[in-house]
Amino acid sequence: MSAQSNYRDVFDATAHPDARKAWLPRMKIAAIEQFEALGFPTTRDEDWHFTSVSPIAERTFKPVRPSPSTLTAADLAPFTYGQSDWHLLVFVNGHYEPALSSFAQLDVDAQVMTFSEAFKEAPELLAERLGTLAPRTQAFTALNTAFMADGVVIRVPVDIALEAPVHILHLTDAHATNASQHPRTLVIAERGAQVTLVESFATIGGGTYFTNHVAEVIVGDGARVDHYKVQREGGAAYHVGTTQATQGRDSIYHSFSFATGAQLSRTNVYAKLLGENCEVRLNGLYALEEAQHADHQTFVEHIAPSCSSREVYKGILDGTSHGVFNGKVFVHPEAQKTDGKQTNKALLLSEGARVDSKPQLEIFADDVKCTHGATVGRLDDMALFYMKSRGIGADRARALLTYAFAAEVLELIELEPLKVALEALLFERFIPPDAA
Amino acid sequence: MLKIDNLTANVADKQILKGISLAVNPGEVHAIMGPNGSGKSTLAQVIAGHPGYEVTGGTVTFEGQDLLDMDAEVRAQAGIFLAFQYPVEIPGVSNAYFLRAAYNEIRKARGEEEVDPMEFLDVMTEKLKIVEMTEEMLQRSVNAGFSGGEKKRNEILQMAVLEPTLAILDETDSGLDIDALRIVAEGVNKLKRPDRSTIVVTHYQRLLNYIVPDYVHVLAQGRIIRSGGKELALELEERGYDWLLDTAGASA
Ligand SMILES: Nc1ncnc2c1ncn2[C@@H]1O[C@H](COP(=O)(O)OP(=O)(O)O)[C@@H](O)[C@H]1O
Ligand SMILES: [Mg+2]
Repeated sequence: MSAQSNYRDVFDATAHPDARKAWLPRMKIAAIEQFEALGFPTTRDEDWHFTSVSPIAERTFKPVRPSPSTLTAADLAPFTYGQSDWHLLVFVNGHYEPALSSFAQLDVDAQVMTFSEAFKEAPELLAERLGTLAPRTQAFTALNTAFMADGVVIRVPVDIALEAPVHILHLTDAHATNASQHPRTLVIAERGAQVTLVESFATIGGGTYFTNHVAEVIVGDGARVDHYKVQREGGAAYHVGTTQATQGRDSIYHSFSFATGAQLSRTNVYAKLLGENCEVRLNGLYALEEAQHADHQTFVEHIAPSCSSREVYKGILDGTSHGVFNGKVFVHPEAQKTDGKQTNKALLLSEGARVDSKPQLEIFADDVKCTHGATVGRLDDMALFYMKSRGIGADRARALLTYAFAAEVLELIELEPLKVALEALLFERFIPPDAA
Repeated sequence: MLKIDNLTANVADKQILKGISLAVNPGEVHAIMGPNGSGKSTLAQVIAGHPGYEVTGGTVTFEGQDLLDMDAEVRAQAGIFLAFQYPVEIPGVSNAYFLRAAYNEIRKARGEEEVDPMEFLDVMTEKLKIVEMTEEMLQRSVNAGFSGGEKKRNEILQMAVLEPTLAILDETDSGLDIDALRIVAEGVNKLKRPDRSTIVVTHYQRLLNYIVPDYVHVLAQGRIIRSGGKELALELEERGYDWLLDTAGASA
């Protein structure tokens, strides 16, 4: 365990301009100490059994200084889903780019701003809420807290609906080679508030870099948050991301995770159902090829009674890729009338692809309905033959069935332009161009 | 058009077809009848090119070409169509997309231009009328959640769109009420042309009141044990298969 001590050196060598807010350096120092104490997880850790992070642990990725971005709005086009009327916050190599960002008119008194702005305009927001949700016992989260340079805070006040979705786009370019970025997001939807958030990760460089993202989402009583994550990092990148949501009574939290990028990725989506009668949906789709490795972990903690949780995760694996899915559901003794359903399906397109799926139900209440189902399969031979018998060639038939497998879960995306964009992305990926 | 000569085929190492010979000329309608499990669907699937059926002997030629040498999609492109006894559900692929993909493949094979979705919609408007279905069903996934009757009508719709030279209908009439039966039969009859042929696999004589066969064959235990004109179907309706099986057993 020597790898993490490098991060201490990097930490100590980093200037901490945020020192003017005493609580922040304190929090960061506590975090790096926590990280040192925890060390990177190993495959002996139950939660990391199928995923070795040694490629990340064995090298030291350092944050890069902001450098004047050469990117233009045109460079962003492939990543903005054709939407110009969303609130767009662009980060390049971990640093906010005001010139590339744009805000739709905020006709309500909601706040959408970077941490730097928040320190000036609403310092109490961060002081009170930042770091209150993110699981402290996870090394990557501690690392994020220690190194986060900037982030985005969204606060939607009582009974306000933020009309336009907020899109936080994290781009890396060639400067990011061997660099790390530790983006952070804080969402506070107060009682009855509504907001849609899209977080995208993409690259215009393709070098080896490490993204370590943390999002904290507070869903107040009767509030609704729709939260999309699109992970399209470069093929040489490493990506670790943790989202922790807490839900008040009668609230709704919908999460969708889309992942096609990175050579090694781990995506955690955790929801704590604190109030009665709330609804959580954790859905996701990943598509891997070559030697990609993607690990998804979800954790729904039913603390209050009468909540429903729905999960559908699907994976498409080609080449020698490896997918891991671990869906945990924990039902506390007080959480009677819990209604939980989890489905996890993987489609293997090659002999060399592999998936490890582990549903984990721990139920301590007696009046609950919890089901889970996991399947790993290949393309349906009957359907393939049926298509061929109509003149559709074998490759095309396979592509269509693969796309259809994915489309079924993309259907669950309620943000129409995003759904259309992701469908198009997969369509392009699976359907040969002459066949479209 | 289609010439089958002494065809034998196995499923899971068990011989199912035990020497079938059959010749279908352009414009002809042939009916194949026979008890359950006699090998009717096997024959249909072998002609369509299902890889799960192992041809162990004999020949099949279609318009002079060795059919057994062709992949299933090539056979379809050459003009063979099988209406499945059990149509397959394909969740996530819309009927519209599926049909247009198939239509364009077959047009390409015939050296014709492909059509775009708008042009295709015009084609479909006509074809949907034949099977009395609405545009709404084009947006549904192929056969997914369709009732038995809808699935069978969808097969006929596909046939109407692809306009095959040889259509094989495998028990398309099973489980249909009289209205659906009429729709299916009319679909088949509308397609009829002197250069197109049909093989109707059926259990019941009643379909043959609508689609009048030129020849009727009885398939039992992997062999064609009797062939005749359309009156043979009536005789079977009256007497069942047992009398034939007895004769076949005696002569075997
Ligand atoms: N996939 C299969 N695996 C094993 N046996 C099969 C399979 N398909 C058909 N058979 C067997 O082949 C025989 C003929 O079946 P089939 O061609 O479906 O008959 P029919 O259509 O005349 O009712 C039956 O005994 C059936 O059990
Ligand atoms: Mg049959």
